[in-house]
Amino acid sequence: MAPDDLFTLPAPSSDLLDRLHRSLEDAAVAEGILDVAYTTTDTPVGSLLLAATERGVVRIAYDVEDHERVLESLSTRLSSRILKSPRRLDGLRRELDEYFAGTRRAFDLDLDLSLSKGFRQLVQQHLPDIAYGHTESYKLLAEFVGNPKAVRAVGTACATNPLPIVVPCHRVLRSDGTLGGYVGGLAAKTALLELESAHA
Amino acid sequence: MNTKQPFEKVVASHATTVLRVCRAVLDVSEADDAWSETFLAALRAYPDLPADANVQAWLVTIAHRKSIDIVRARSRAAIPLADLPDRVSTLGVPGAGDGGDLIDALARLPDKQRRAVAYHHLGGLPYLEVAQLLGGTPEAARRAAADGIKSLRTSLADTTSKGAL
Repeated sequence: MAPDDLFTLPAPSSDLLDRLHRSLEDAAVAEGILDVAYTTTDTPVGSLLLAATERGVVRIAYDVEDHERVLESLSTRLSSRILKSPRRLDGLRRELDEYFAGTRRAFDLDLDLSLSKGFRQLVQQHLPDIAYGHTESYKLLAEFVGNPKAVRAVGTACATNPLPIVVPCHRVLRSDGTLGGYVGGLAAKTALLELESAHA
Repeated sequence: MNTKQPFEKVVASHATTVLRVCRAVLDVSEADDAWSETFLAALRAYPDLPADANVQAWLVTIAHRKSIDIVRARSRAAIPLADLPDRVSTLGVPGAGDGGDLIDALARLPDKQRRAVAYHHLGGLPYLEVAQLLGGTPEAARRAAADGIKSLRTSLADTTSKGAL
């Protein structure tokens, strides 16, 4: 018997590993060192990555953004103390379920806006003021935030929104009524606008 | 450029290895605690770990320290009794194919051999690093592991004359 054969110890069951993982999450929360908790959830616009710090929801990412890359970016920009820990996202998941069922028109959650700075964050803070089922143009939004010439910068602020759906950048269109861009792809933008017009 | 992986990746990649190491150097009932203590300490220190560090070796080193703490706490908590009460064995059932024979055999090794085998063969630590944890020279660590493997082989041949493990 070679040493290598010796160490074909049976792998621990996935139940046991899940239980150990949960106890690690609990201990990390108790000690205040679970800097970023995340989970994924299936929605009508695909699988979404949801991430929250202790301050609030910090990132929602579409499948097309590549969840692995988004997590690596959170690790670099916020903290590498990241664990998959769905419980911190329970409230967000419930509100998203209600939103996609057409029974929720606004989100009532603590948000952590630390991934956006300056003018982009200013634009993103204004986005929830656009009512459910309504749309606004990039141009009008630029005027609203007091910088009518910054139409392009407003477009960038929408395109880099770290909290799509909850911060409704999908309600911003071009002045001619065409869709413009969307972080989750145009099919997702269309689906959200159709959902809202059906329940408005 | 700091390109450190999210800690969840570290857990996913090394959870099983660290649990095997903990099971090899501790009683079954203590191994889960050692695993949890190891990953909690690792999470705490992770932001300061150099991006090019050998993560598995780092985790095995933490697991070693935590297992020493647990053994010390156990011996402090031990109360001498005139008669030992009967208790259910926490060790595996021989021949049950759950690795219990191997765990039993490891538990009967002298501590240094048991740890040298666990850290090198299960944890993947080079003998130089095993020696840093156990004291002594790398050559002594290599010999302890080799002696441990020889004893395990003999002891398992006795219990499972059926053949290969």
